[in-house]
Amino acid sequence: MSVAEPKVEKILELDQVKKHFTMGRGQVVQAVDNISFHVYRGETLGLVGESGCGKSTVGRTIIRLYEATDGEIKFKGQSTRDLKGEKLKQFNREMQMIFQDPYASLNPRMTVGDIIAEGLDIHKMAKGQERREKVIDLLKTVGLNEEHADRFPHEFSGGQRQRIGIARALAVDPDFIIADEPISALDVSIQAQVVNLMKKLQREKGLTYLFIAHDLSMVKYISDRIGVMYLGNLVELAESQELYDNPLHPYTEALLSAVPIPDPDSKESGERIILKGDVPSPIDPPSGCRFRTRCPKAMDVCAQEAPKWREVRPLHWVSCHLYQEESLKKEEENKAE
Amino acid sequence: MASSSTENLTPEMFEPVDSDVNEQEALRGTRVSFWQDVWFRFRSNKGALIGMLLILAIGVMAIVGPLMNSYSYSEQDYSATNQIFAGDHWLGTDKFGRDLWTRIWYGAGISLIIAFLAAAIDLIIGVPYGCISGYCGGKVDNWMQRIIEVLYGIPNLIMMILLLIWLDRGIFAIALAMSITGWVAMARIVRGQILKAKNQEYVLAARSLGASHGRLLLKHMFPNVLSAVIVTIMFTIPTAIFFEAFLGFIGLGIRPPQASLGVLINDGFEMLRLFPYQIFYPAAVLSLLMFSFNLVGDGLRDALDPKLRR
Repeated sequence: MSVAEPKVEKILELDQVKKHFTMGRGQVVQAVDNISFHVYRGETLGLVGESGCGKSTVGRTIIRLYEATDGEIKFKGQSTRDLKGEKLKQFNREMQMIFQDPYASLNPRMTVGDIIAEGLDIHKMAKGQERREKVIDLLKTVGLNEEHADRFPHEFSGGQRQRIGIARALAVDPDFIIADEPISALDVSIQAQVVNLMKKLQREKGLTYLFIAHDLSMVKYISDRIGVMYLGNLVELAESQELYDNPLHPYTEALLSAVPIPDPDSKESGERIILKGDVPSPIDPPSGCRFRTRCPKAMDVCAQEAPKWREVRPLHWVSCHLYQEESLKKEEENKAE
Repeated sequence: MASSSTENLTPEMFEPVDSDVNEQEALRGTRVSFWQDVWFRFRSNKGALIGMLLILAIGVMAIVGPLMNSYSYSEQDYSATNQIFAGDHWLGTDKFGRDLWTRIWYGAGISLIIAFLAAAIDLIIGVPYGCISGYCGGKVDNWMQRIIEVLYGIPNLIMMILLLIWLDRGIFAIALAMSITGWVAMARIVRGQILKAKNQEYVLAARSLGASHGRLLLKHMFPNVLSAVIVTIMFTIPTAIFFEAFLGFIGLGIRPPQASLGVLINDGFEMLRLFPYQIFYPAAVLSLLMFSFNLVGDGLRDALDPKLRR
């Protein structure tokens, strides 16, 4: 997790991606709005934010479960928008997803063996004895064993089910895995087990992760870089240590102040920043900066225009008027008037 | 007491137990598939089990019963009309001297065939319709639902009566008349279940693996919709039997000399004051059938979806 490693290849690039849902009666939920970031090959990018801020929508849009309303997503340099036929099949093999709810993500009518082999069947990668061997191999990779293949999902615990979900994703040999809150439904004692398995697999297979979560300490543990989302916008993105040491965006500051420090004698546990009010509705988000209604440092300019997404320090991106010189200048003018 | 015992605790007492990882992951007990589990729960429901045995018994009798004595369902004997017990007419005879035992089982068979046929037509039209409507969603779903609403708005009794006047009143025509609006309920239930299944994470997982539409529908959604379909069928059949009896009773049942339970009850009703036994037998069989199907339906619903009971 050293800062500024020479990371060359960008495996995934998002440029001004939007995902809006039409709710009928002309209402549009702006679940994800103008998000741009990229993921380097081999790293883990954590995506955090509170419930309903669009983290999962970002993940599902990237893997094409949702179609982006606007903007461009490039995977390995190629736009994912119009993939068809063999190209689409290849994309489906190279990018996989681990789901949040281990009880809903496995089909209750299929045996574990068939669930894991689903990718093999769809892409006709193995048959008969070879298929069986691959399934057993995958089960062993995630710490389960051969006899589990003929069982049904309801016979397993949450942690075991989540590992079955990981085995299913691994079956097609992906390079990039989107983990959509893979541990939030598990007991704390099991969370570490699953995260450590994911880390081990990353080392062994050179995987790249997009790790979506709301547990900040767990995200810090697994991620190389962390992005913070608020109400459909990405507000800050930096190396994880940098983000924890020098949070720039007021929302990140508030979020980090909520992380408990497991040491009763710690003097470090500074002021807890309590945000006022509730998250506004994504149907009618505030003008300008979406965080301004709850921001302790809000200025006049925040209501007038949306802050730009810019790299204010090396590898540290933030979207806030506090760190944009022209915005500060404009604010001066506002005051002068 | 708590304070004295804590003083005796030493860190050495908290060493991790040496345990085998494989041992921890092992599953005990035998493998239980979904249907084995359902059968186990169904079996432990006494009422449902009795209902199933009764249905089986009536079903067997409907086949074997008419063959058990020498009379046929249409054979008339004017020398022995309206007999309560007459030699080898075990349940007596009707006003034309036809053997009631034979006619009741024959009629029960016809009623069952009509009910199963009606359920099958419901299944054949309703399930694909609901699947397509729910799976495609959007405009397709919207239009398909409007069509259903139009059909739902037509009083089904009027539709049935008109159809039966127009068509020849055979087994198939009666079944068709009942399912012409009956499939709508099935389609709605299937659509609802598909809509629910469509956004389940296991379906999303299959989609992200690149599963085709056919595979998603047949392998992932349909098996999870199946239990709702079975329960609906188990309640459609007694309704169809009941409706058939009703149609028979108002004179729109199967053509004589063929018989169904409704026709037999109608015949018995004419003789109610003089020979009440004639209405008793078919009515008893009809009640038993309805009762059994409802028991089995309830039992299956509980067995298929144990969460529903709570």
